[in-house]
Amino acid sequence: MNWMQPVLGLLLILGSAGMLFAFALPQRTRSRVVNRPIRAFQRLRRAIGLAVEDGTRLHVSIGQASIVSPNNASALVGLSTIERVGQLSSVSDRPPVVTSGDGTLAILSQDTLRAAYRLANNSELYSPLQVRLAGPTPFSYIAGTLPVIYDERVSAHILVGNFGPEVALLADAADTEDSFMLAASDAIAAQAVLYASATESLIGEELFALPAYLQAGATHLASLRAQDVLRWLVIGALLIGSILAFLGLV
Amino acid sequence: MRRPDATAIAIGVGLIALLLGYLLPSAFGNVPQLVELRTTILAMAVTLAAVATLVAIFSLVSVHWRKLRARRNPDRYSAFTLLAFVITFVAGIAAYTLRLYIPEYQQIVVNAIQVPIEASLMAVLAVTLTLAAFRIFQRRQGLLAVVFVVSVLLFLLLNSGVTAILEPILPEDFLGPVLGIVQILPVAGGRGILLGIALGSIMAGLRVLFGAERPYSG
Repeated sequence: MNWMQPVLGLLLILGSAGMLFAFALPQRTRSRVVNRPIRAFQRLRRAIGLAVEDGTRLHVSIGQASIVSPNNASALVGLSTIERVGQLSSVSDRPPVVTSGDGTLAILSQDTLRAAYRLANNSELYSPLQVRLAGPTPFSYIAGTLPVIYDERVSAHILVGNFGPEVALLADAADTEDSFMLAASDAIAAQAVLYASATESLIGEELFALPAYLQAGATHLASLRAQDVLRWLVIGALLIGSILAFLGLV
Repeated sequence: MRRPDATAIAIGVGLIALLLGYLLPSAFGNVPQLVELRTTILAMAVTLAAVATLVAIFSLVSVHWRKLRARRNPDRYSAFTLLAFVITFVAGIAAYTLRLYIPEYQQIVVNAIQVPIEASLMAVLAVTLTLAAFRIFQRRQGLLAVVFVVSVLLFLLLNSGVTAILEPILPEDFLGPVLGIVQILPVAGGRGILLGIALGSIMAGLRVLFGAERPYSG
């Protein structure tokens, strides 16, 4: 059985890659794909538009997962979100501010935001001080992010990444300041507390749909479709496995 | 336009680390050279991450320095952050260079400063979460919110040990199986969420691996 796991892993990765390529082909992306409406994303787009219009800031926080740790996928989504938010708000008087709880993420955030400004032909608006390492431990990260919420005229917060349950303190601070917060985490405990405390929260794999809903590109849409196919395959495998186990065949 | 050489390096290293270093050796037998190559790449990444943390900390210091010196509404609290940083940094460098490292001293500092502060924040968190639970129906409506609140109350009750009171009243061999079934529900839900996250992680990793998503400017 030991050899089967890596082979299955390899097949899963190759199959996923194949689907990603297939769904990203131009004739596929041209076919009308309608994402199901998610209220949180609709409110987020509105909040971004309002922030740009009324000259307030956007705040993106991408959590504390190290880029070299296994749970860094949510941080990658956070970085994509930073790029898209940077582009969307490049005409704003107040540039967005980015916080993270890990050094590598802070450096990558700086790099991503700089690239976003460059792509929007607004390189002169970029300042490395917009991107901060709020704190290297879970609570210091929260303590370092709280002043951003209270003092920097932020009207919308986007929390995407790996957080602990202490993230509820950020949600409470945003609520006190009457600002919008969309929060998504890959950690189950954080998802539970954010459901109770954030203005809008995403559950499960909805986190990975965030860049696609911010229109970050065709590849993101393609990966959403591939995820859907994989989800059905997993559901099918679980059902077949359950039936076989019920019948005593495995 | 991003630099293609940076993208090429990222894709190359990703493919080596993932396919050649992990999946293929596991599937078709161990090739020590490939495993060694993967280990070297990961070791370099960890070292780079440590340096990046140091750079990010100096960036944080410069942010606080600017906030302290701002003409309009200077942030006086930044002085405490800077002071704490300087003391910690100088003490750390001195301890290492002068070989003054005393484990008990570090433990005392952690126990006397970091632990009490984090415990206080934990207490604030407990109050915040309780308030959030009371106010949840102001924020969320619909069936999911009801299910969430009922689940929270049910499992708080079950985990409080109240079932011990019911044991003498209910028939023998009733409570155990019922509780067993109920306790499976959050595990099943959690696994469902984790499966979704795992699938999303695969796709996010593949996007980076194939250069469709580049979290670097290059």
